[in-house]
Amino acid sequence: MAVNYSAKEEADGHPAGGGPGGGAAAGGGGAVKTRKPDNTAFKQQRLPAWQPILTAGTVLPAFFIIGLIFIPIGIGIFVTSNNIREYEIDYTGIEPSSPCNKCLNVSWDSTPPCTCTINFTLEHSFESNVFMYYGLSNFYQNHRRYVKSRDDSQLNGDNSSLLNPSKECEPYRTNEDKPIAPCGAIANSMFNDTLELYHVENDTRTAIPLIKKGIAWWTDKNVKFRNPTGDGNNLTALFQGTTKPVNWPKPVYMLDSEPDNNGFINEDFIVWMRTAALPTFRKLYRLIERKSNLQPTLQAGKYSLDITYNYPVHSFDGRKRMILSTISWMGGKNPFLGIAYITVGSICFFLGVVLLIIHHKYGNRNTSADIPN
Amino acid sequence: MSAAPSSGTPTTYPHVISVLCLNHGLNSASEPKGKMFTSGLFRFCSSCLQVIVDTPTSPVTSGLPLFFVITVTAIKQGYEDWLRHRADNEVNKSNVFVIENAKQVQKESEKIKVGDIVEVKADETFPCDLIFLASSSTDGTCYVTTASLDGESNFKVMEMDGQHVTKAGACAECVCVMINWRMLLQHPSPRPQLYLTSPPSVCSSSESAAKSLGPENLLLKGATLKNTKKIYGVAVYTGMETKMALNYQGKSQKRSAVEKSINAFLIVYLCILLSKATVCTTLKYVWQSNPFNDEPWYNEKTKKERETFKVLRMFTDFLSFMVLFNFIIPVSMYVTVEMQKFLGSFFISWDKEMYDEEIKEGALVNTSDLNEELGQVEFVFTDKTGTLTENSMEFIECCIDGHKYKDCISEVDGFSQTDGPLKYYGKAEKSREELFLRALCLCHTVRIKQADQVDGLIGHPECKNTYISSSPDEIALVKGAEKYGFTFLGLENDFMKIRNQKNETEMYQLLHTLNFDPVRRRMSVIVRTTTGKLLLFCKGADSSIFPRVQQEEIQQTKVHVDRNAMDGYRTLCVAFKELTQKEYDRIDRQLNEAKMALQDREEKMAKVFEDTEADMHLIGATAVEDRLQEQSAETIEALHAAGMKVWVLTGDKMETAKSTCYACRLFQTSTELLELTARVVGESERKEDRLHELLMDYHKRLIQDVPKPRGSLKRSWTLSQEYGLIIDGSTLSLILNPSQDSSSSHYKSIFLQICLKCTAVLCCRMAPLQKAQVFPLYSPLTEASGPCALTCGLSDHWGMWIEGKQINFSDNAMLQWRPFLYWTFLGAFEGLVFFFGVYFLFHNSSLEDNGKVFGNWTFGTIVFTVLVFTVTLKLALDTRFWTWMNHFVIWGSLAFYVFFSFFWGGVIWPFLKQQRMYFVFAHMLTSVSTWLAIILLIFISLFPEILLIVLKSIKERSHQSSRKAPKSVSSRPSVTPLLLRTFSDESNVL
Repeated sequence: MAVNYSAKEEADGHPAGGGPGGGAAAGGGGAVKTRKPDNTAFKQQRLPAWQPILTAGTVLPAFFIIGLIFIPIGIGIFVTSNNIREYEIDYTGIEPSSPCNKCLNVSWDSTPPCTCTINFTLEHSFESNVFMYYGLSNFYQNHRRYVKSRDDSQLNGDNSSLLNPSKECEPYRTNEDKPIAPCGAIANSMFNDTLELYHVENDTRTAIPLIKKGIAWWTDKNVKFRNPTGDGNNLTALFQGTTKPVNWPKPVYMLDSEPDNNGFINEDFIVWMRTAALPTFRKLYRLIERKSNLQPTLQAGKYSLDITYNYPVHSFDGRKRMILSTISWMGGKNPFLGIAYITVGSICFFLGVVLLIIHHKYGNRNTSADIPN
Repeated sequence: MSAAPSSGTPTTYPHVISVLCLNHGLNSASEPKGKMFTSGLFRFCSSCLQVIVDTPTSPVTSGLPLFFVITVTAIKQGYEDWLRHRADNEVNKSNVFVIENAKQVQKESEKIKVGDIVEVKADETFPCDLIFLASSSTDGTCYVTTASLDGESNFKVMEMDGQHVTKAGACAECVCVMINWRMLLQHPSPRPQLYLTSPPSVCSSSESAAKSLGPENLLLKGATLKNTKKIYGVAVYTGMETKMALNYQGKSQKRSAVEKSINAFLIVYLCILLSKATVCTTLKYVWQSNPFNDEPWYNEKTKKERETFKVLRMFTDFLSFMVLFNFIIPVSMYVTVEMQKFLGSFFISWDKEMYDEEIKEGALVNTSDLNEELGQVEFVFTDKTGTLTENSMEFIECCIDGHKYKDCISEVDGFSQTDGPLKYYGKAEKSREELFLRALCLCHTVRIKQADQVDGLIGHPECKNTYISSSPDEIALVKGAEKYGFTFLGLENDFMKIRNQKNETEMYQLLHTLNFDPVRRRMSVIVRTTTGKLLLFCKGADSSIFPRVQQEEIQQTKVHVDRNAMDGYRTLCVAFKELTQKEYDRIDRQLNEAKMALQDREEKMAKVFEDTEADMHLIGATAVEDRLQEQSAETIEALHAAGMKVWVLTGDKMETAKSTCYACRLFQTSTELLELTARVVGESERKEDRLHELLMDYHKRLIQDVPKPRGSLKRSWTLSQEYGLIIDGSTLSLILNPSQDSSSSHYKSIFLQICLKCTAVLCCRMAPLQKAQVFPLYSPLTEASGPCALTCGLSDHWGMWIEGKQINFSDNAMLQWRPFLYWTFLGAFEGLVFFFGVYFLFHNSSLEDNGKVFGNWTFGTIVFTVLVFTVTLKLALDTRFWTWMNHFVIWGSLAFYVFFSFFWGGVIWPFLKQQRMYFVFAHMLTSVSTWLAIILLIFISLFPEILLIVLKSIKERSHQSSRKAPKSVSSRPSVTPLLLRTFSDESNVL
């Protein structure tokens, strides 16, 4: 009974923990209790579990359904995008025939400013509200050095940052020992062409009213960008002690005549400060609101665009464009999304069909294979 | 090499000194895990670089995850360390009594020095390796169990060296006397093998007679004293030199295959990172070679940038890219893997199924490093006795002079009467019977433990006494003899007492015990009867007895032995011879000489034994049954069903082992057995040629002829024909250690290939040393993934060695890389989808219905949102079982992402220096186009994954139906679905 004996003894009085098991290598198991493990669902890994079974039978219908959803969405987006009216003029003046060619090598401080006029014809009328953009190409607003080159505290009206801008603004931080407001490369390179649109009818030019407010994000205009605070509302006084960005013709407090669109909260400035993601980009410039229900916003016909050409792009092989566009629920004209949806939906549908065939083939072979084996 | 006791062997204990201080995070990260360290260091360098180099991401961005990773690892390591520390302390700081200057002194066990006399009480573990000096028991023995060292739970009898120590019950004073003897310990340098050791020798200067000690004198650290009140021993090996520590050291370096493959992947990622940074730096300078790209008027360089030396600038640009892309090195993955293992170990110890009611103990996880390896075990090496079988022997029958005696002859009636004609198989002469039974009673090393001396029941010792022996066989035999009327009453002052059938007590003086050893496979005793006759009784395996007895006696017994072996019984043959006084004197002298020998003691002893145990007379044979463990058949079946290959290593006869293997379903009736035993190879000189022939034949049958199954990567259960291999010790040694003939050197590889094809391998007639040789046999195959033999007590009965091993052929290595490449390419594809999807979307950046435009931050936010959703949903796709926790974590992550983005863009902004993200996320969500784009891009990114799952499910269904067919034909009856869950859980990735 030698063997039984040892077992009995252990069962009687000596909990095994003090016994031979307590060697030097307890490791992670030190938490092991000598008592019986709890019979809980968690500890026994028996939590009620749902096991999704992705079989051909469940996934193939899903493929069809996804296809059937995606294709109509794609078509919808595509049609919407195609219905958007968009007109684009490149006014860089690279071609010698272009009226703006004379301004091509303009510099920042050329006085008087170079102006040019481009005439164009709209074939179709723009029915709803029209949005006027300026577009730049080969302009790297997403350059690492460029993106960082700003001081958000300064732009938020922080007085200490106003006079002592962040180091990130280098080399556009100070000029002649005065802090630059707004500092940084972004602000310094603000787009400063002026675009004016005229409707030409029987040789008479009617200026089209361009609204310059409501082009920036609401949160930017009302929260993120603030003018410095102090005694009174005189911006000139508030910006005392700072200097204008090097490339600007006039200081920031003279950007606009209206006080609620001047200084840091000038909407053109705010729009510019939202850096673009890609080197070819457009930014909202003006709004053209539809006047009445009877007339389209811009009827088909002749127009002329007066440009005050201040912004040099030729040096970096850039392009400047003016874009007129209507807007739908999905934004501006962009066929990509619609095409992508249609493509993916079609692939889904197609694969659904192919897999269904394969599935059927396999299924048939299965049933027949069972018999000889 | 002689060392006086005072020469202080360092008493350091196996004590993993690592992080003690949790807040010293880096230290801990660099401590145990090599790669963790590498990548952690890498990350650390990156964040350092960010301070120096002008980088796009802030140091916080890459520093914070690292900080988190380090903190978590530190906490985990710290916790495991604390546990280890606690366990160490339990051992190292436990109090022991040491005799110093004739006084009993209490000491912490780690302070024991070599040469200290240590007192150990019953049920205490030995604090270090001790030489047994004195015992409280009268016969100078003690019993130990080495269950915690080798899993053998039976009691071993330890003897003290009788010549030097007084037997008069150990008391402190007596022991003190011994110190004055100034024993010189002459001990070999410590070796890790537990038993293969020449133990130290003791010589006392006073008597100047050297005395050698055997393993029976050495008490190993970790073993437990049983059934003896207390003993004294002198410490010979302490601290790191104990056998236990030497064995432990080797195991601390365990690394799982997963960790290793992660390491390999890490190198690939590092290469990708380096090449990416190089390519990007090159492209940057190509782009910048155009002056209006390099420095247009709107974006002038700072003075510092302009002044920097160009080469230096290129270098820092390279570093910048490294920093930018450093997230390709998945540092957090290590933490995830670590934590996964760590928590997984809890589930192992929590497992109710692993809990043993009898000993009230669950699974014990010693290290969480190899958890996942358990699921990849392909070879299970198991002992037969004590593992497959219970190691509790039962006497079944015996045969005396060819007459079979079986079963219940009631003790009262005595031997001569049998219960009926059925039980009567013919009878041997009465004198032969008695001789046989006396032999059984005398030829053993069984001791009697008086279980309860207080009760005053000593008058009926047979009721209360318990036999104790290192071998359960002997107990079974003694009990068998008792059944037939001869009771062993114990050993008293070298006299063995036997009560015979007539209730008379016979006394025999025990002169010599020629102990059992696995090489000889027999043991003998030399006794003197009261009449002065000198008798030698010998019992042992038939193969070792038959050559030593009169040849004409063998035949009749052999029939019985063979039949018993076929039935799966363990057989032993019993022989005797009478010695003349002259003969005895010679033997006595030789034995003593050999025992004293300091050099080649084993060889000399073996020679004396060989000479002594010759020309004997065979009396009979015994059959002892070693019953199978409960459910061992089910377990073997489950192991087989899980695709594991089981090797049984045993010292038993082939027939015995084979029938046991059939009984425990290691072999099925349908299994085709391949034999590589002395029987088929033969003993002739041409056996090498014969072996070669056989090997080639088997090789041809198993490997060349079997057409590769279609799903060759599937585990072996798809094979219809199963093969089993039987090999015996002598043939194995022929294969492993071939004679000089060079042509036979490739036997090993052929043999291995054959073994790999066999579902079960039985190695019988193995010497213990050969058992150890089998493991290295596999190391060339396991090296790729790392050999890791782990001894794990799965439950109390199932001690087995598991050779963890993931891959065995080089083409399987590709298998390992496939998921990696798949994931990497999928990742690249997804990255492209994310970026270019949004890129095309931003060709017109006015995405709102009010004509306002989005900037670069919105661009990034869309990409990141798509990324987070894709990754999380991918995880969801790979989730097999959805418990509430999965739901919580996955949907919770997404919800948290949305919540946090709002928070980051809205609430927190006054506290940040830069307000780039101010309201970006909220604005993004106001655009319908963005929503549509995000949904589309997520879907496109997940599409390959979904498609793969669908294709797999279609494939699987066809496989299932083709797999089902042979399975139903297969002879394997279904077993308890122990591992059924594992079947369905194949990896999701191809």
